[in-house]
Amino acid sequence: MKEEKLTKGKVAGVIANLVMVDVDGPVSQNEICYIKLEDVKLMAEVIKVLDKSAYIQVFESTRGLRIGTEVEFSKSMLEVTLGPGILSRNYDGLQHDLDKMDGVFLKRGDYTSALDSEKKWSFKPLAKEGDSVTAGDWLGEVNENEQPHKIMVPFKLEGKFKVKSVVDKGEYTINDTIAVLLDSKEKEVAITMVQKWPVKVPIKNFKNKPRPFKLLETGVRTMDTLNPIVEGGTGFIPGPFGSGKTVLQHAISKQAEADIVIVAACGERANEVVEIFAEFPEIDDPRTGRKLMERTTIIANTSNMPVAAREASVYTAMTLAEYYRSMGLRVLLLADSTSRWAQALREMSNRMEELPGPDAFPMDLPAIISNFYSRAGFVYLNNGKTGSITFIGTVSPAGGNLKEPVTESTKKAARCFYALSQQRADSKRYPAIDPIDSYSKYIEYPELQEYLKENVGEDWVDNVMMVKNIQIRGKEASEQINILGDDGVPVNYHVDFWKSEVIDFVILQQDAFDPIDQSCPIHRQKYMLEKVLEVYKTEFEFGSFEEVNPYFKRIINEFKQMNYSEFESEGFKRHEKELHTIIDEKKTA
Amino acid sequence: METKAFQKIYTKITQITKATCSLNAEGVGYEELASVNGRLAQVVKIQGKSVTLQVFAGTEGIPSNAEVTFYGRPPSLKVSDDLAGRFFNSFGMPIDGGPEVEGEEREIGGPSVNPVRRKQPSELIATGIAGIDLNNTLVTGQKIPFFADPDQPFNQVMAMVALRAKADKIILGGMGLTNDDYLYFKNVFDNAGALDRIISFVNTTEDPPVERLLVPDMALTAAEYFAVDKNENVLVLLTDMTLFADALSIVSNRMDQIPSKDSMPGSLYSDLAKIYEKAVQFPEGGSITIIAVTTLSGGDITHAIPDNTGYITEGQLFLRRDTEIGKVVIDPFRSLSRLKQLVIGTKTREDHPQVMNTAVRLYADAANARTKLENGFDLTDYDERTLNFAREYSEKLLAIDVNIDTDTMMDTGWELFATHFKPEEVGIREEFVEKYWPK
Repeated sequence: MKEEKLTKGKVAGVIANLVMVDVDGPVSQNEICYIKLEDVKLMAEVIKVLDKSAYIQVFESTRGLRIGTEVEFSKSMLEVTLGPGILSRNYDGLQHDLDKMDGVFLKRGDYTSALDSEKKWSFKPLAKEGDSVTAGDWLGEVNENEQPHKIMVPFKLEGKFKVKSVVDKGEYTINDTIAVLLDSKEKEVAITMVQKWPVKVPIKNFKNKPRPFKLLETGVRTMDTLNPIVEGGTGFIPGPFGSGKTVLQHAISKQAEADIVIVAACGERANEVVEIFAEFPEIDDPRTGRKLMERTTIIANTSNMPVAAREASVYTAMTLAEYYRSMGLRVLLLADSTSRWAQALREMSNRMEELPGPDAFPMDLPAIISNFYSRAGFVYLNNGKTGSITFIGTVSPAGGNLKEPVTESTKKAARCFYALSQQRADSKRYPAIDPIDSYSKYIEYPELQEYLKENVGEDWVDNVMMVKNIQIRGKEASEQINILGDDGVPVNYHVDFWKSEVIDFVILQQDAFDPIDQSCPIHRQKYMLEKVLEVYKTEFEFGSFEEVNPYFKRIINEFKQMNYSEFESEGFKRHEKELHTIIDEKKTA
Repeated sequence: METKAFQKIYTKITQITKATCSLNAEGVGYEELASVNGRLAQVVKIQGKSVTLQVFAGTEGIPSNAEVTFYGRPPSLKVSDDLAGRFFNSFGMPIDGGPEVEGEEREIGGPSVNPVRRKQPSELIATGIAGIDLNNTLVTGQKIPFFADPDQPFNQVMAMVALRAKADKIILGGMGLTNDDYLYFKNVFDNAGALDRIISFVNTTEDPPVERLLVPDMALTAAEYFAVDKNENVLVLLTDMTLFADALSIVSNRMDQIPSKDSMPGSLYSDLAKIYEKAVQFPEGGSITIIAVTTLSGGDITHAIPDNTGYITEGQLFLRRDTEIGKVVIDPFRSLSRLKQLVIGTKTREDHPQVMNTAVRLYADAANARTKLENGFDLTDYDERTLNFAREYSEKLLAIDVNIDTDTMMDTGWELFATHFKPEEVGIREEFVEKYWPK
């Protein structure tokens, strides 16, 4: 292929961050270009081509931009840089390192590099001379904050290669050559620890993608017990503002059983990101004995940062997740909130004067969303190892109405639905996940049921189903009581209602700010669930309905004290004993 | 604003709409200011040679041969300590009869703070109002609006909060303020002897509505000067943001943009976020706290303006008239301060979170009891007690005329629990019950 010269262009029109450019050569859709405004270069992406005119969305403010300003096209799509040193970084939506930028305020065109080129990594070879390899195969390994970071054959290489040489164990920087490969024509290809990959293209160097089957423990009872998510699964959390989406997502990110956590703060509040910056470096990671931040990467594109970069940020996060999945790691990817991403698409579509779909969102929104969710999953790599991306996105439905386009499109793509209810949030029943509206499709998978039976308990799945029924019956009883009045219904309606309230208070509700209650391991969840079902199965005798409420309040109180105590501690057992005394008081002989 | 020498004057306008006019011009920068027959305007669209200007004061009477000159810079404000105690219009020109302020000229609507350079907010703002301090504690660097119907006394409550908050500077951004309200603020601040730490940017109902689009950016540029350059704690009051959003929809409508929900522009979320996200705590000690007002129509929070606001701000404060006690209270159900978790129980007494949650839960029980009562059902003894509790809770803690310190608020809470309930009915952590339950 002969070296082509780069296409150049001149600005011909500006409407907010949509810029029209007259070009002198070929341009491609989604190509990255730079506008040379005075002494800074502003990054932009081609989103439409019309004759000699390219429509580009600029990732920065376009203030002061003039007609005739020069634009230079790069020939490549928006790419991320992949290599050791991504963990514990704080990136903006385009993978620029926020910590490397000078000054308090963000400056346009201040593009910092994603990785550290000076740092030496201790490299250990995994492949040897003569091995036959393809893209994504592991050549060696470095220790990145105690995570085995695999150095792989670059994903962009096509076809089979032979390893000519791999360097010995030792200290290398990311740009040192660590291996030389030979292609089918015996041409040498030098490999370093860094590679690039376009964010909008999925990395597909795995053997197959089976249905996920392993429970992903989050420590949140109402999720793990009632509507479990699995390793490699997808879920979404829609909820009106103030219903606790972010608190819930933070809890999951702190507690979930994952090797790598990637958080995409997409168009949300800056102070929430600051909370992660402040807290994660302090949180001890029980699994590595180090700090949680060391295996976390944050992509921060807060609501006041440029809108176009917001759209890119979720793709950047997903590509980083795919990179780590290719190393055989379990990645948890959280995006807060996907509605802001959809709004970024809407703003652009609006400026391009495209015909709008429902609520002025672009027509292809459902396709864009389901494409994105499909990049998550549990995979078998070519070497037989497994890796996974579990993706949980939040949705901020306009007006709390779940019938809006983003929620509806996401519902078609995600397998777990955690509906946050305004009513529960108003009565401070947190987490406000509605036990009846929410669902997990995974619990219907025989693979997962098998796994739960083996790893949690033989009758676990049956118990969970029973709990769901109790909740529905409790709701029915409460509706009857509201219609007919306290004394208009038989006493056992009150008992049914209060038995479901016990489950609500003890299992569903959880104090995310209490040091003990905030995270509940699955064996403790099992213990508490069985204890609660014991109460449910007990027949009680009451003289009148007026005795029911205070009696169950006492039961709930003891249970709550158990939740607040260290598992199986002195205090825990004391309250448990007290609980049994209370149960015996009214138990039918 | 003075014009530079040798400026090119354009006199051929090609198109005039109600809010914009277009002309052919060269070398014009995006968002640059211009003057159309003396009226201020800003570049909102460039397409080849054709430049579209948004005329802030409206285009009434603009002829097609109007004189247009370009300033070569976006809207700006001159900042210095002399801003203190002064009143300005939307363009930053004095309206109090005083001289123009000299100082460094700064572009308004400047870049955002790098998130890694922010500090986590951690300083409590005490207001003495229990509905705020106990249930919805405010923190410096926070942004929070009052959601209120137009007939509620939000401006009064806001002025009260501002004066009690002990901020170094209070910056008032008034948008579509009635002249009466403008004089009210001026009066209250004057009587409190606080005028020298107040700066006001005011667009009253007498001014053209599109002008008010500049007010938040003006106020926040001044705020950034005091918070960054002087390390001061600045409180910015923005009232009324609903009128600001209405002006946005006027402009987008005139520019033929496709409206999204409730005829608001599709970019409403980003437009509001750009303003509210200026609230920040700097590591050096300075901070910007934003308290805003979003008026609702008939209490509807699903309308695009309050809805988008709710997703951006760190909570919201609801005012409601409690007919039982005949006073305005801060509604504990619908109000929320997201940042309270950063200070309650650590900067305040340890029992704060549990007292707060328990009281609200019991208040919810009372609401259920009231529904029962209204439906004509008999009340249980527990129902009766929750109703009595709720009345006292409203009177002693939720009403906006309460002015006590936070420890007293919690003691009051414990007293109310003990008067109406038994310890096992409240479900509070045992150690706190032992320590604080009135004997």
